[in-house]
Amino acid sequence: MWAFINKLRSPKWFYAISAKLQPWFWAAALILIVTGTIWGLAFAPADYQQGNSFRIIYVHVPAAFLAQSIFVSMAVTGLVFMVWKIKIADMAATVMAPLGAAMTFIALFSGAVWGVPTWGTWWMWDARLTSMLILLFLYLGVIALRGAFASRDSASRAASVLAMVGVINIPIIKYSVEWWYTLHQPATFTVTGRVGMPMEMWLPLLIMVLGFYSFFIALVLTRTRSEILRRESNKRWVRELAEEAN
Amino acid sequence: MTASENSLSRAPAALREEPGGGLAVAVWATLKRDLLLMLRRRSEVLNPLVFFALVITLFPIGISPDPALLAAIAPGLLWVAALLAALLSLDSLFRADYDDGSLEQLLLTPQPLALLALAKVAVHWLLTGLPLALMAPVLGIMLSLPAGSYAVLAISLALGSASLSLIGAIGAALTVGLSRGGVLLSLLVLPLYIPVLIFGAGAVQAAILGDGVLAHLAILGALLALALSLAPLAIAASLRISING
Amino acid sequence: MSLRLQAQSLACERDDRWLFRDLDLDIRAGEIVRVEGPNGSGKTTLLKILSGQLADYEGELFWSERPMRETRESFLANLLYLGHAPGVKAALTPLENLAWYQALSGEAPSETARFRALEEVGLVGFEDVPAGQLSAGQQRRVALARLTLTPRALWVLDEPFTAIDRDGVAALERRLVEHARSGGCVLVTTHHELTPCAELRRIRLGGGGVDDGI
Repeated sequence: MWAFINKLRSPKWFYAISAKLQPWFWAAALILIVTGTIWGLAFAPADYQQGNSFRIIYVHVPAAFLAQSIFVSMAVTGLVFMVWKIKIADMAATVMAPLGAAMTFIALFSGAVWGVPTWGTWWMWDARLTSMLILLFLYLGVIALRGAFASRDSASRAASVLAMVGVINIPIIKYSVEWWYTLHQPATFTVTGRVGMPMEMWLPLLIMVLGFYSFFIALVLTRTRSEILRRESNKRWVRELAEEAN
Repeated sequence: MTASENSLSRAPAALREEPGGGLAVAVWATLKRDLLLMLRRRSEVLNPLVFFALVITLFPIGISPDPALLAAIAPGLLWVAALLAALLSLDSLFRADYDDGSLEQLLLTPQPLALLALAKVAVHWLLTGLPLALMAPVLGIMLSLPAGSYAVLAISLALGSASLSLIGAIGAALTVGLSRGGVLLSLLVLPLYIPVLIFGAGAVQAAILGDGVLAHLAILGALLALALSLAPLAIAASLRISING
Repeated sequence: MSLRLQAQSLACERDDRWLFRDLDLDIRAGEIVRVEGPNGSGKTTLLKILSGQLADYEGELFWSERPMRETRESFLANLLYLGHAPGVKAALTPLENLAWYQALSGEAPSETARFRALEEVGLVGFEDVPAGQLSAGQQRRVALARLTLTPRALWVLDEPFTAIDRDGVAALERRLVEHARSGGCVLVTTHHELTPCAELRRIRLGGGGVDDGI
């Protein structure tokens, strides 16, 4: 365990190991997303209530899952950075924030598009959509805070603290928003979380979710690698790497 | 660099093994100092209250003076306006100390920073949250808030604004070193305020509808307990980051 | 336990530029150490690192021959740091300002001690004037009164002579030497040339370098 943590301290080691890992994740992401998309859009049966419009869950649900998971990962990497001063963790957190914000936006947008056939309007103050909107603001806060500091170390530590504060608050926000929603609009149709979905419908969904997660890991690996090069550009091993490439 | 010889014959008499203790003294002195400072700058205490009254005045003008309509939206309006007023005063919570160097000194005391920061937050609540809570019923009258909910309005605001001060202080501590911290502060803090707003305004709403308000107030209390136990640590960590520059 | 502040291969990087690298320090009781260097050479940063305010550095710090992480409490209990900003509240009188510092450092509240400290820095008659109405030099003197008010072994002073008149400078210099001779230790940056004495030692900062590590 300690050996592993100590290895993580070396960006060079991470750069080498991630080079081996990233093609696998990219391949998995590609295969899973393509399979899931074709299966979900073309072969899964139409919903008896919503018809074909339900198929947007194949984008909406994975994006929403990922949006929340990325925030949690950001807080975890922030904690790792604060406790063990592992720079890789902070680089990963840096590249995760915009990705998480993008996923949150996709979830919001697909939810809004889905709202047109189901509710007849682009926006409803649905509990899940509202929580997603708040999550988007939390992401924007982390990104803005990181950008506001002149010193990178301070920026990283401030963003880590905010991510940790945010992650403690996310469940509280989620439950209070749900409570607020049931109080104000009881018994309306909620977008996701339906029980009794037949297997032909949820299996492609599962594949899509796995595909999105692979995509997330692959993208974080790739972007962390370029972040390493950017931050370590004055280190000898990066220069040697650049010379080899030339 | 060569180590110079220890030419000293006398032992350093002033060297101390342990911190001098006196945490209570330090916390009390910080409370007293901050109260004194705020009372010497009364306008800073009054500004949030005037802002609160002004915002509440804008709504009937912007929407409609119809008492029935105002009564329906009064709980939310009062809570949102009070929340914004409390937010307005947050930016100055640590800024003056940061500018004149007192904050560095606060960070270098052998006392736990979290508790000293808590003292500062307590003063902020005492001079912002509490006055807002006491003032809210008066503004409630102006919004035709139904009778029977006035006490709940004041209590929910008093309880809730304590959480707001604590959570807000994290944002204030994170942004105190930034020159344009004000707008960023609201971006950081407002999403975190939502649960308090929901249960605070919900309490007043419940009082109007004649439902039990105790559940709401209990949740507000629970949120406060959580904020009270975790926020001081986050504030202390954030202040240490901000002093780094 | 003896007064000893050490740093091993201290390095600090700011915006991809090394302020200083491989800095070894050994500061003991009875010394006045003056940190020198041109503007932007990292004097203030070094003082902030050595006073435990900055965590963004490489290398190790030791206090009383134990790692700083373990001895932070005891280190802070022996430290008096005066930064660029005097830390004096304009809305409070010198007495009120000192009362806070006295309580903060765990000293028993004593008005006599505060009066004596203000007397030492030549602020008799200004005890109850709000600090905002005092001159910059006088405000600096309020901060310097803490040297007397809260006795500490290690003084870390960042430009303490700023805005002080000639008599004040001489008095402060005497104060530093006195402190060193009585077993204390002073770490100071200043543009003012200190009168050479046996206790004085210099550390020169300046010119960074390029990393070739890892």
